[in-house]
Amino acid sequence: MAVVDERFMDLNMGPQHPSTHGVLRLLIKTDGEVVSRVTPYIGYLHRALEKIAERLTYPQFTPFTDRLDYLASMNCNLAYALTVEKLLNIEIPRRAQILRVIMAELNRISSHLIAFGSLSSDMGAFTPFLFGIREREFINDLFEMVCGARLTYNYIRIGGVAQDIPDGFIDKTKEFLDYFPPKIKEYNDLLSYNAIFIKRLANIAVISPEDALDYGVTGPNLRASGIKWDLRREEPYLMYNELDFDIPVGRGEMGRVGDAWDRYMMRIYEMEQSAKIVRQCIDMFQQGDHIAKVPKVLKVPAGEVYVRAENPRGELGFYLISDGSTKPYRLKIRAPSFANLSIVPKLSGGVMIADLVAIIGSLDIILPEIDR
Amino acid sequence: MVDYITILIYALISIVVFAVLLSTVAVLTLAERRISAFMQDRLGPNRVGPWGLLQPVADGIKFIMKEDVIPLEVNRFLYILAPLMTIIPAMLAFAVVPFGHDLFLRGRVINLQVANFDIGILYIFAIAAMGIFGIIIGGWASNNKYSLLGGLRSASQFISYEIAMSLAVIGILMVYGSLRLNDIAQYQGSLWFGFIPKWGILVQPLGFIIFIVSVYAETNRVPFDLPEAEAELVGGYHTEYSSMKFAFFFMGEYANMITASALIATLYFGGWQVPYLHNIGFIFPKLGIFHLQQWLVALIEILSFAIKVGFFLFLFLWIRWTLPRFRFDQLTDLGWKVLIPLALLNIVVTGALMMLRII
Repeated sequence: MAVVDERFMDLNMGPQHPSTHGVLRLLIKTDGEVVSRVTPYIGYLHRALEKIAERLTYPQFTPFTDRLDYLASMNCNLAYALTVEKLLNIEIPRRAQILRVIMAELNRISSHLIAFGSLSSDMGAFTPFLFGIREREFINDLFEMVCGARLTYNYIRIGGVAQDIPDGFIDKTKEFLDYFPPKIKEYNDLLSYNAIFIKRLANIAVISPEDALDYGVTGPNLRASGIKWDLRREEPYLMYNELDFDIPVGRGEMGRVGDAWDRYMMRIYEMEQSAKIVRQCIDMFQQGDHIAKVPKVLKVPAGEVYVRAENPRGELGFYLISDGSTKPYRLKIRAPSFANLSIVPKLSGGVMIADLVAIIGSLDIILPEIDR
Repeated sequence: MVDYITILIYALISIVVFAVLLSTVAVLTLAERRISAFMQDRLGPNRVGPWGLLQPVADGIKFIMKEDVIPLEVNRFLYILAPLMTIIPAMLAFAVVPFGHDLFLRGRVINLQVANFDIGILYIFAIAAMGIFGIIIGGWASNNKYSLLGGLRSASQFISYEIAMSLAVIGILMVYGSLRLNDIAQYQGSLWFGFIPKWGILVQPLGFIIFIVSVYAETNRVPFDLPEAEAELVGGYHTEYSSMKFAFFFMGEYANMITASALIATLYFGGWQVPYLHNIGFIFPKLGIFHLQQWLVALIEILSFAIKVGFFLFLFLWIRWTLPRFRFDQLTDLGWKVLIPLALLNIVVTGALMMLRII
């Protein structure tokens, strides 16, 4: 019989808990309010997506990528499409590229809005969450115009995008770009520079640059640690090399570099940059095809390829092995949240229960892509 | 000889106060939802009755009809006792709050309050301290780790802030020299330099800030709502409660808010006082007297009291939907390291100013 250590209390946080952002279970050993060890248990959402991929044709798998990171379906669609296109070695029409960038960046904004909102509601302020939802609604409307869906878009397909944009989409997007940046100021006034909020997040769960690299942390969480690494700049795909945008990095404005507040603020800065990118793309618009000529029955040449793209939550990679048939031989998905979650046990020794919530919230993990 | 009519009048007053308190709780639940909806660009409940006014009734029916779950391993006696221990003190505390001038009816002096104790403020502290037991016992009896943590948080939070709150009120006691809330309200009608009403906020600005912060902590409202922090502790002490038992906790919280607002108004904003209004009418310095009937004066005062309480209730909601929440250690730090020293300083400064006869 195992000996129970009576100094500590085991506390199951999740799988159903308001701030585990899905069905994550954290087994916490606590001494009163102080957490001594955290063990994440995952897999509650396992759907064997990688195995499913082996039984479906290449285009058929696209809707499944929507279900990876459901808050950034466009970006997941995009990474998968890029992977298959790399093996196919086809040229994507210019218009399709611009459309892809617009959708990816709009989706990045909407995903970061949720990250911003859910962290704020984890910190006990519910109003900013609904402000985030309000702006996301606008983006959802835009996506509904182009593809009819509001969550799982399935819009970016192998070879281009599913269909051309409808009339009025450009105007509505411009309207959004005028409407959105002032809202960021509102978020900052309401939440980012709120004294209690800073107190809750500054100097909490500092990820040092070395740790970030060791654990494979990517995306805004990596940049918050002061490492300027953005795949849109380092390995430009689509037309990102033609676009002018900054890559914000954590500067430790309110505490140490790489603390929870920096991670939070990265999302705010990136939303501004994404809005800037969308504006440039709209100016670059030109006529053309929205999709390249892709055969109905898609046979992908045999080979191995790993393609990664910058998702809102970090580096989403697809490792694809093709045997020349219509179905992938093997598809491995590298989910950013999985690596980001792996650092939680290291960060949470000796913190308080409330900090643990801040850690999970500031890492902005999403469970469907962890469990796959 | 026992004066039956006086007893009857006070019985009537207590019934009216109880009814008004309960209906204010009901209205407040709706107000909270409507105001938060307004702040968040939503509509809020607007389906039941005109402007959703009947929503509290629908909520009440819902709570009564719901299954009353008592989990297996709980301590049944304490589990049932806890919600009652929350709501009863919350309702009782209001008894000493005055809401108007004394009325003179055929030789009888009628206080416009349920009970005019000599120990008014002490009574409120004592009763409010009872209320916190409900939360602690509820957290313990639920046999749930989250509830237990919520109860523990509540206990330490209460200890930290009760002291600061009492110390802040000592300043008021020194200035006004009475524990009776009615007297305190009465004295705030007197004038400073002949024209500034001596309201608590002007006499005790620091004390007011300490008091209002402590009161927010005492009532478990944001930014101090740690015992029920839903992001961390799911529901905190009321995680396991359902049906009317949950409703009792809920109503207790709102009743506490009302009492707290009434206290803030009484101690620091003159209670039922309207500047320059006396029981014979308005007396303006150097301008003359404007006579009013006694009942009209009482009506104006009750209205003034209601407006002040309403404003502080709104402030509660406003802050609730704006601010994030403190962390547990930051909360106790604020209580012990900031508020209590400040409250002591406030007492010293008040004493010095009284020696110098400034206040």
